[in-house]
Amino acid sequence: MTIIQVVALGLLAAVFILILRESKPELAIFLSVAVGIIIFFSLLSYIASVMHILEELTVRADINLLYLNTLLKIIGIAYIAEFGAQVCRDAGEGTTASKIEFAGKIMILFLAIPLVVVVLETIISLLP
Amino acid sequence: MDIVNVDILFKIAGIGIFISVLNMVLKQANKEEQAQMLTLVGVVIVLMVVIQLINQLFISIRTIFNIY
Repeated sequence: MTIIQVVALGLLAAVFILILRESKPELAIFLSVAVGIIIFFSLLSYIASVMHILEELTVRADINLLYLNTLLKIIGIAYIAEFGAQVCRDAGEGTTASKIEFAGKIMILFLAIPLVVVVLETIISLLP
Repeated sequence: MDIVNVDILFKIAGIGIFISVLNMVLKQANKEEQAQMLTLVGVVIVLMVVIQLINQLFISIRTIFNIY
């Protein structure tokens, strides 16, 4: 799916959402969720190839694959938390959106702590 | 998944427009309760479609980003 198709899909969806919003706002939210998911699905193959290249580079650079996995997990958590928060904010639930973002931040921090510990241990071992 | 199912979009938009038109007709005919029920049914039908999509999204994100 080229970028032209994604943009056309988005514009079409925007028109439909605009029509639905004045008569049935709850269906407009569902429609915007569906459009977001369809656009993500259209990007799946590109994401997969990028992941493949990243993995290959990691193996070639002789870096532990655990670090790449942590990075990917953080990217995934950030994406899904942002998605949910934006849907909630669209529905007029700003407080729930902030809570989802908070949860995402905590999860990312939790995943990043082992890496921070490794860095700190390296620094301590370098110190005389 | 090269060919993306855009028809889900048309399905949801069609159901929404159809239901809002029927709602107007029912309101003109002074059948407020049935209009309310119709709205509820429409929301449930669309919710079924969208929940399946959300499920697919979660599964694919889990598999791509290795989140368990």
